[in-house]
Amino acid sequence: MKSKYSIFSLVRNAMGYHQGWEQAWRSPEPKPEYDVIIIGGGGHGLATAYYLAKEHGITNVAVIEKGWIGGGNTGRNTTIIRSNYLWDESARLYDMSLKLYEGLSQDLNFNIMLSQRGVLNLAHNLHDLREISRRVNAIRLNGIDSEMLSTADVQAMVPILDCSKNARYPILGASLQKRGGVARHDGVAWGYARAADARGIDIIQKCEVTGIMRDGDTVTGVETSRGTIKAKKVAIVTAGHTSHVAAMAGLRLPIESFPLQAMVSEPIKPILDCVVMSGAVHAYISQSDRGEMVMGAGIDHFISYTQKSTLAVVEQQMAAVTKLIPILSRLRLMRQWAGIVDTCPDASPIVSKTPVEGLYVNGGWGTGGFKGTPGSGWVFAHTIAQDRPHALNAPFALERFTTGALIDEHGAAAVAH
Amino acid sequence: MSTSRNRLAEGGRIERTKTLAFTFNGRRYTGFEGDTLASALLANGVKALARSFKYHRPRGLYSAGVEEPNAVVQLENGARTRPNLQATEIELYDGLSAKSVNCWPSVEFDIGAINSLAARLLPAGFYYKTFMWPKSFWMTYEKVIRNAAGLGTAPKLPDPDTYDKMHEHADVLVVGGGPSGLAAALAAGRSGARVILADQEGELGGRMLSENETIDGKPAMQWVEDATRELTAMDDVRILTRTTAFGYYDQNYLGLLERRHINVARPLPHSSERLWRVRARQVVLATGAIERPLVFANNDRPGVMLAGALRSYVTRYGVSPGKKTVIFTNNDDAYRSALALDDAGISVAAVVDLRNDPDGPLVDAVRARDISVFDGWAITAVIGKMAVKAVEISELSADSENVSGPAKRIDCDVVGSSGGWNPVVHLHSQSGGKARFDETIQSFVPGPSVQKEQSAGACAGTFSLKDCLKSGHDVGKAAAKLAGFTPSRHKQPVADTVFEAPLQALWIVPSSNLDNRAKGFGAKHFVDIHSDVSVADIELAAREGYHSVEHVKRYTALGMGPDQGKTGNIPGMAVLGQALGQPIAEVGTTTFRPPFTPVTYGALAGRDIGEFSDPARKTAMHHWHEAAGALFEDVGQWKRPWYYPKPGETMQDALNRECLAARNAIGILDASTLGKIDIQGPDAAEFINRIYTNAWIKLGVGKCRYGLMLGEDAMVMDDGVTARLGDNHFHMTTTTGNAARVLGWLEEWLQTEWPELQVYCNSVTEYWSTMTICGPRAGDLMAEFTTDIDLDKEAFPFMSFREGTVGGIPARVFRISFTGELSYEINVPANMGLALWTALMNAGEKYGITPYGTETMHILRAEKGYIIVGQETDGTMTPLDLGMDWIVSKKKDFIGRRSLSRADCVREGRKQLVGLLTTNPAEVLPEGAQLVADLKPAPPMDMIGHVTSSYYSATLGRSIALAVVKDGRNRMGETIHAPMEDKTMDCEIVDPVFFDKEGSRIDG
Repeated sequence: MKSKYSIFSLVRNAMGYHQGWEQAWRSPEPKPEYDVIIIGGGGHGLATAYYLAKEHGITNVAVIEKGWIGGGNTGRNTTIIRSNYLWDESARLYDMSLKLYEGLSQDLNFNIMLSQRGVLNLAHNLHDLREISRRVNAIRLNGIDSEMLSTADVQAMVPILDCSKNARYPILGASLQKRGGVARHDGVAWGYARAADARGIDIIQKCEVTGIMRDGDTVTGVETSRGTIKAKKVAIVTAGHTSHVAAMAGLRLPIESFPLQAMVSEPIKPILDCVVMSGAVHAYISQSDRGEMVMGAGIDHFISYTQKSTLAVVEQQMAAVTKLIPILSRLRLMRQWAGIVDTCPDASPIVSKTPVEGLYVNGGWGTGGFKGTPGSGWVFAHTIAQDRPHALNAPFALERFTTGALIDEHGAAAVAH
Repeated sequence: MSTSRNRLAEGGRIERTKTLAFTFNGRRYTGFEGDTLASALLANGVKALARSFKYHRPRGLYSAGVEEPNAVVQLENGARTRPNLQATEIELYDGLSAKSVNCWPSVEFDIGAINSLAARLLPAGFYYKTFMWPKSFWMTYEKVIRNAAGLGTAPKLPDPDTYDKMHEHADVLVVGGGPSGLAAALAAGRSGARVILADQEGELGGRMLSENETIDGKPAMQWVEDATRELTAMDDVRILTRTTAFGYYDQNYLGLLERRHINVARPLPHSSERLWRVRARQVVLATGAIERPLVFANNDRPGVMLAGALRSYVTRYGVSPGKKTVIFTNNDDAYRSALALDDAGISVAAVVDLRNDPDGPLVDAVRARDISVFDGWAITAVIGKMAVKAVEISELSADSENVSGPAKRIDCDVVGSSGGWNPVVHLHSQSGGKARFDETIQSFVPGPSVQKEQSAGACAGTFSLKDCLKSGHDVGKAAAKLAGFTPSRHKQPVADTVFEAPLQALWIVPSSNLDNRAKGFGAKHFVDIHSDVSVADIELAAREGYHSVEHVKRYTALGMGPDQGKTGNIPGMAVLGQALGQPIAEVGTTTFRPPFTPVTYGALAGRDIGEFSDPARKTAMHHWHEAAGALFEDVGQWKRPWYYPKPGETMQDALNRECLAARNAIGILDASTLGKIDIQGPDAAEFINRIYTNAWIKLGVGKCRYGLMLGEDAMVMDDGVTARLGDNHFHMTTTTGNAARVLGWLEEWLQTEWPELQVYCNSVTEYWSTMTICGPRAGDLMAEFTTDIDLDKEAFPFMSFREGTVGGIPARVFRISFTGELSYEINVPANMGLALWTALMNAGEKYGITPYGTETMHILRAEKGYIIVGQETDGTMTPLDLGMDWIVSKKKDFIGRRSLSRADCVREGRKQLVGLLTTNPAEVLPEGAQLVADLKPAPPMDMIGHVTSSYYSATLGRSIALAVVKDGRNRMGETIHAPMEDKTMDCEIVDPVFFDKEGSRIDG
């Protein structure tokens, strides 16, 4: 068991000039065989490993990561957490995730800095208002917090927003989820990694999976850049490359991958205390605890695996946020980056068994993966341990693309995806 | 007013006749034209300029360029204030006003410095380990942390400045106007290539501005002037100063930011900044190098600077950085600073060199001047808090890991440190290149090019002036040649060679207090001086298992500040490498991300803000609607009349009046915004037949038909009426908001799936003004306006169209109806729309013609149970769900057909379109209300559907609503509930057609 993080341990270690801190996680050599191999050391993979150990007592597990843990979309998103989804299936999964987030710092003994500062979704036309009202009613009846705000409410809550009537797309109202907010994305990955490691799980970085081994229709292990590792069960959690890795097992997934760009300004003193999202103006923005304005754009219009920025998207994005918050105009953009999002035709994820025995896939979270991290890990661990989905993720099985039981959440993201 | 006590009597590229007054932190100073705010402050002896991000330690100027980590200021006040500018980048102007950021009440006495006392409790990542109890308190802690974080403050008013965007192409884009860049631009320009030369400073010359060197036998700055004159005279050369190439994107596309206002408070009458978007055939990167500091105890005290910066201030600005200096180096270049200081009469107390027995002309020159050189020694302590008072130096052990003797104190007020130079490989890396570690210079140099770019001079790891000139000349010629030009035969410029011995890396300098450094206590050794990241922080990260350089960056905030680690990143990687026992090359770099230096939001947004943020599309009758008092609704980019209230009318009054007019007299609607696509070609009928769910092949010329378009998932995506104008010619209409998407959809199928079909689609939405007149008297009005269209109901039946003239204007008239009334949709060329509309209004007055907007249109169609795509549908409704089985062909194939038979599409219990009547007829259900069969006292409740459309119908004298409800058609007559936050409404499920079920009114 690891020593506990607390103000007391901080003081104690300060006495010893911080020489006594243990490794947050080990860097073990891979064993020849595991009960479960999780491909992908992002938030979802690490959470899966943690809940396999915590909820199901399965600890002979390796998380295999090509680069460094949390280096994919976990470390590239805009850290927004919310569960204001329209459809029952999504609302249940994302709210379960939010509930896990609400106790996560304590559960992991790692401050993930969950800040429930509220998420606003702005309405700019009558259609938006109708949609937002539908959404608020549905979310509320699903037992999740959600409310409608008038333009005056919005202005009072975020004085820097341009709420004038003659704005090109005036703000006609908004929905608010008070329990929504942001968290420290790296902290989520590291917290899960530390807690999973403490339960005996091996986190193996700089190890690329190059093949998935099968005996007939049963999975037997993986080939990696550090040799062959056998496993009874293999789980694919490789956002950005889900279809690529699934193809190693001969699976074809209904996934398209797009770059999604994000950016931050230089740090400034606090001016924005909640998350603002706008579908019509294509922007979402919040302010980090360091003071940076954190902004996201719509996905690029072409399919690509390049994690590179483009100027055009940034120009559109800056125009959009400046439109919403005119006083941002004289701030400066400090850093710009991109991640690859895997999107399904219905804009909902796949958390599922596969036609290959012992092989499981979790992906296609599109732009919504970070908020889903704990819930995703929890239901995926259940699916792997029990070899059947939990009721919460049963609707997110691969079969839905055959039956047509899609969960169309295209309206769920703030920006057109 | 303070005097400029540190201004040298002579020298510098400043205009001493032009005195500029300015204020900093409320105190008044003067400087000269040619100063930066930084040099002017230094000239005035201002030592502490800022407080650090985390510990609030006092900080002074550190550099003379874009790498400045400390001197971050807030420039000016009010609407034109700029947060977080570096004093080194602000050109001084008369009346300038600036202040320090992130300190209170003042930079000299800062309350936040209390953090410094608690520094031991605040190691890297401390916040991950605490603030977790009690659970609810994090938001409180966070508020304190948020207020403590951040640097400057945002303006409180909208930005009064404007920003422009420029597009430019270049054969050769040269980034950087130092010796290599100028040589490259000359070589490329002389070949006749179209050249853009961009430099981030106000004056070309780069490093030469700060040196006293010779090129082609003349002073280097004379050569710069000659070169500039020659370049300016060339037709196809554009020189952009104050212009930073901040981003290198794919396909040799670069973003450049040009700053055009020097006096921010009193700007010139043009845009303040320009974003240049340059597509270049070839790019020459001549971005130079940035000095890296040595990492020693308390290396952040005000007065500790980069050695190269010292001679910049002396040579370029005529400023003495202090009275008594100590140079601390591991290389020969820093000896140049000692010489420059000595030349200017500034005392150099010592040169402390980590190397044993350094040798070479620069070292010899220093020794020859009786300046003490302590070789094999190091600065092991800095004394002084608000400013350097002295240093302690100690002799190093043979392995340089420890000190080997007693410390010696040297009084001084300035320390110049140099650990070598880092090539600016940022743009190369952004272009996709992978920088490699060079052991000789102990830094990263460009790897193989991925795009059409080459690096020249210092940014390629070539530091001597002679080599920079040669490199620039060669690369400029090569780039011109690759761009298709014949290089001229001009000789390359030449400078003298000065031998320099190799540097010796020592990434962590031990401190006087023996053996302390390795354990991470004692005086702080800063690596990233902006973000307050010390050696101990990086070692702690490594100890705790954060081994990837990306983890260390994120855990410690290394390189995360506005300077993006320009001085700290390489030492940081080296310290990490030592902690992990890995060579730096293996540690690798973090990703170099754009922008190179921060870019103003406004410049990126350009003019696409305010009313220009998105084009507002207006119909030809728009001004008429305005004059009639219409309120408008945004539908996509279109401004559509929503309703036309008369004075004193409520919205409902206006809607009632409009609806009744349409049902009892004549209503007129501006329908110009409907998407219109002209489809032609021999395979047009076949194509439309595949796109829509119903049959189109046999549709007669002159006939119209309503069509539904499905996605591949069988869900309704658009609808509209399409008319056959000729055998191979169709006129398709789409919903207003979906027009572009539908055209894209048609093109996608034509271009990627059915290229064999000969079909051509064109958007003609704006070609036509469309107005619909409907109501029992519509025929009477129509008859007054046309003689060449037979309006007889047999001759011109419902769902057909005729071409002719209306009011003397050539027109296409469609007999289609979205209201259930006798209706004519008249299309005339757009520029005649207003004339016809006005004529119809005048002539129709006697019939009670009434203009109606989108809201009345919605009510009228809802009374008839007609759907609106995007309102009754949401991407999850099949035609069958909508009760529109009649439009789905069983015989032919169409997009979405196979999905229609999927298990989920044919299952029982899908949501279906129904009508709703509230128990209380005066109550109107809110649109978006959710419906439940089993009402519970509180959520959660199982939802069975939602209200899609809901209105008060004046025609029916009660409210009506449309909804989608699970298994709705089997629930007719059932009472269900709409629970909302404040109340619950009950309603009955009914048929969705509320009015004129038999369709008796369609012929008037």
